Amino acid sequence: MPRTDTRPAAALADHAADQLAFIRDTMVRAGRFTAVSGAGMFGTGIIGTGAALLTPHIASPAQQLTLWLAAAAAAIAVSMTAVARKARRSGQSLRAGPARTFALAFAPALAAGALLTAALVFNGAWSLLPGMWLVCYGAAVVSGGAFSVRAVPVLGTVLVGLGAVTLFLPAAAHVWMLGIGFGGAHLLFGVFIARYHGG
Amino acid sequence: MARPTSSAARRGDHKARAAAPALVPVLGGEPVPAALDKLIHDRVRLGIISALAVNDRLSFTDLRDLLALTDGNLSVHARKLEEGGYVTCQKGFDGRVPKTEYRLTAAGKRALERYLGHMEALIEATRAR
Repeated sequence: MPRTDTRPAAALADHAADQLAFIRDTMVRAGRFTAVSGAGMFGTGIIGTGAALLTPHIASPAQQLTLWLAAAAAAIAVSMTAVARKARRSGQSLRAGPARTFALAFAPALAAGALLTAALVFNGAWSLLPGMWLVCYGAAVVSGGAFSVRAVPVLGTVLVGLGAVTLFLPAAAHVWMLGIGFGGAHLLFGVFIARYHGG
Repeated sequence: MARPTSSAARRGDHKARAAAPALVPVLGGEPVPAALDKLIHDRVRLGIISALAVNDRLSFTDLRDLLALTDGNLSVHARKLEEGGYVTCQKGFDGRVPKTEYRLTAAGKRALERYLGHMEALIEATRAR
């Protein structure tokens, strides 16, 4: 027999609203992109540290830019490979659902950073690049991190803070800030995510 | 309502239980939800179904952590959903580590959609009064 419920209508509606809120909350929590790879982040940290150590040995700003663009390309390749492996292991799709949301949230600030890089280089404002990179990349990490584990937006906030400070520091300190942001912070958060979020 | 036999359940034969989530007005004007799908009305099972609805598959560990359940509790409720044809369970190994994964079936997805419609209808009917 179908079950009937004789509670007052308002109580039933409240219960229904509770059930819907529970479903929504569960879906949001279950839809987080958990395939962010600690190993990939650690790899990015090694690349960032290496680039920061090499930068003082390069005199030309254009060559320094080339070095950092190459480092960024290598870090993206390492991260994507690590994320794909982790996603495959945990059964997450990279083309739909949480991964897609993460990517869509991550991309705009990164695209803004690429555009600003071109504009600043075009105008010869080389000294603004390190701070702007950290701020834009950090903003991308904060946005994407809203759909991932909590450590990710925390890393993004740290990077934005470092970038904001860098914008007002003398040029001699910039390479240190790049090393701390793209190197040290990624190494630390990479170890944390690998340890507490499944690799 | 009679509980379906396990063999019938394995065939996904839950039509009798889940087919009529309509809101039925009864004496005194009180709306009464008829034929609630009791299999997913339970909070734990509703959580399992909801989590699987936004993931292609989830491991036992992921589900347990997400819903803050004990191993035993998750096992019992997941088995009920499996018997009802709402989820499938696949056991295997990740290297040497045993791994159990759950997926939502088409019947499970339809049941969740019906349940959502049922809850929304209940709220709408109360508002309309």
